[in-house]
Amino acid sequence: MHRALLLAATAALAFAQPAMAQSNLRIGLAEDPDILDPTMARTFVGRIVFAGLCDKLIDIDKDLKLVPQLATEWSWSADNRQLTLKLRAGVTFHDGEKLDAEAAKFSIERHQTMQESMRKGEVNQVKSIDIVDPMTIRLNLDQPFSPLIAQLTDRSGMMVSPKAAKAAGNQFGNRPVCAGPYQFVERVQQDRIVLERYKDHWNKAAFAFDKVTYLPIVDNSVRLANVQSGQIDLAERIAATDVETVKKDAKLNLLSVVGIGYNGITVNIGNTDRAKNPLGQDKRVRQALSLSIDRDAVNQVVFNGNFTPGNQWVSPKSPWYAKGTPVPKRDVERAKALLKEAGVANPSFTLMTPNNNEAMQVSQVIQAMAKEAGFDVKIQATEFATSLKESTAGNFEAFNIGWSGRVDPDGNFFSFVACNAPLNDGHYCNKDMDALLAKSRATNDLEQRMVVYEQIAKLENDDLPNIYLYHNAWFWAAPKRLSGFNVVPDGMIRLAGMKLN
Amino acid sequence: MFTYILRRIFISVPTIVIVSMVVFGLQLLLPGDPALALAGEDRDPQVIAYMRQLYHLDQPIYVQYGYWIWGVLQGDLGQSIRLKLAVSELVKAKLPVTLQLAVMAMTIAILIGIPMGIISAVKKGSALDYAANVVGLAGLSVPNFWLGIIMILFFSVELGWLPASGYVSPREDLRQNLSAMIMPAFVLGSAIAAVLMRHTRSAMLVVMRSDYVRTARAKGLREPRVIYRHALRNALIPVVTLGAIQFGQLLGGAVLTEQVFTIPGFGKLIVDAVFNRDYAVVQGVVLCTATGFLFLNLCADLIYFLVNPRMRA
Repeated sequence: MHRALLLAATAALAFAQPAMAQSNLRIGLAEDPDILDPTMARTFVGRIVFAGLCDKLIDIDKDLKLVPQLATEWSWSADNRQLTLKLRAGVTFHDGEKLDAEAAKFSIERHQTMQESMRKGEVNQVKSIDIVDPMTIRLNLDQPFSPLIAQLTDRSGMMVSPKAAKAAGNQFGNRPVCAGPYQFVERVQQDRIVLERYKDHWNKAAFAFDKVTYLPIVDNSVRLANVQSGQIDLAERIAATDVETVKKDAKLNLLSVVGIGYNGITVNIGNTDRAKNPLGQDKRVRQALSLSIDRDAVNQVVFNGNFTPGNQWVSPKSPWYAKGTPVPKRDVERAKALLKEAGVANPSFTLMTPNNNEAMQVSQVIQAMAKEAGFDVKIQATEFATSLKESTAGNFEAFNIGWSGRVDPDGNFFSFVACNAPLNDGHYCNKDMDALLAKSRATNDLEQRMVVYEQIAKLENDDLPNIYLYHNAWFWAAPKRLSGFNVVPDGMIRLAGMKLN
Repeated sequence: MFTYILRRIFISVPTIVIVSMVVFGLQLLLPGDPALALAGEDRDPQVIAYMRQLYHLDQPIYVQYGYWIWGVLQGDLGQSIRLKLAVSELVKAKLPVTLQLAVMAMTIAILIGIPMGIISAVKKGSALDYAANVVGLAGLSVPNFWLGIIMILFFSVELGWLPASGYVSPREDLRQNLSAMIMPAFVLGSAIAAVLMRHTRSAMLVVMRSDYVRTARAKGLREPRVIYRHALRNALIPVVTLGAIQFGQLLGGAVLTEQVFTIPGFGKLIVDAVFNRDYAVVQGVVLCTATGFLFLNLCADLIYFLVNPRMRA
């Protein structure tokens, strides 16, 4: 018997994987990215891979400040209609082609004009691009649009090799050629994406690994098990409920940062007849619902206190948070009084909720709290792709939904609250709000913008087309020997400075 | 024999056509809009409109079917909207992975299930029989994904013997390939082992009571010879058919197991495609699976035809 056990153990050991060379960093992703073409890509997880593959004109740091990447400096004209960017000298793409003004112009125009481009909405404010000198471009706008610069910190600012892009057409994403620290080697769909060090990268000294392998491991517990067993060196998007497990594991480090997105309830205010109910028609009812919710309790019950309660499109920890409108305290009596004032004793509505555990739990906690103020909340669990269709079509009363967030706060609210904006599924429309939104876009002065945001926050929290609830935090788990991981609120994995000791 | 095969192949063609129509028709029942699902978080109206037009999503379903079947007849299964890759390329890449998983799972199932079935039939009523039945019942009732996670926690996290997930091609490194596949294959195989065990047991029990077995014993043959030469050969006939069907189902997608162990096979491909409403992939995979299933059924019938003399009469 003993011999049999020994034999089995030896056999299993023989199968065990040998430790991989240290110069390969293995990253466990929560999903499989879509196409690796910055013009056509659309997933959050794809951006994580781009962080190693495709440098951008501008990057952001942990305080959400803009920092140079492929552009070393930039400036707005006095009328805020021209943005001039100076490019970094000595940068080449992975095929050896040079990054110059021509190439930068090509990349931005590709985002604007390629039929399948997902970037059109981000760069359509740019009416023309001038080549000022071989290393300088100027973006010309019809009207001031301050959020443009932030667009260049994401896929719209990623530069692709014109030669490779012209040759590959819409198949470019199957073999991308960019100017990042790592170049594309291979991809096995749903299994792995392998990149290797680009030896001519402008900042190559900052990168320690010869190879980076991204492994999509969808199941949260399996992704965690992989980092626990040493199969991967970094796991992204650890579930809030697994945070304690990581903290207790002596071999692991937990890294976290509050994200730039939000979760909340979108209320149908004017999209089809489904909006014709007290919640959709009377802001006092929405205010009552908001007051009936203890946002901190939602965070404690569902996320073990690991997220951040909020009442705006950015978290209270963001530099863009409007401090004049703080997170409201739960006040059931005031909520009841508001309902009485509105003349509806027991308003009832259906809360559409994506059918995942966390969203369902959030909705259940809301249901229980709102009931104490007199609300009758029915939860309708809906598969995610279906819920998007229903919300666009106006077939909902309230929708528990999140947004991954944009670097410039404008990206977190304009499209959701401006009249006829593309993501405004509740069809909220208020001329005062539109005037403020236009004002916020017209200036590049941060202090002036903040003054406008304070007014927008006040108006939003009065009208409540979106009842913001909380802000996700990003959690990563890594073995203790991994150092130098710079956590940034956008949730990306920047490879610069990372080392396995 | 030859006409039998021809007739069977002839019957399979309309079946595949009907399957392809049903798959297409089911799309109508699947809620959600593929263009919307694929347009990403921003849902840019321009992009949505372009996608609808590009993939004929703005046309009636029969027109879409026409475009698709016309492509299929020319060997083109369409293009994945999400990945911008030919579906046939994806199928070609994923099929060997799932095939290997299925073969390994089936081998494990046969190695465990059939001997257990024989023992429990021969030793009917004994402690061994009860034990085999309990194990069989457990194999049937324990959900795959749960067993998978428990095995990962034990063999990968606790003992560190096997990789928790992932896949390495056998051409790249056979040892790593086997170490990655052994757990998912066992998880999948255990459920089929239970089915095979129960069927082998009942088939053996019936055969052991039959006249020719009694005659064999009366002739004075030794018990192992009676069991293996006379009883088992006959008892295995229905088990072979059952095995072929089980194998076909394995090919159809070891969906949850592949998801848990991150094995990039058919199952994972179809799950991701359904969630992303990547219809071309769903249709291509289902069509290939249905064809494979029909082929396996044909093989099972042929084996049945060969081993069972009464069929030939």
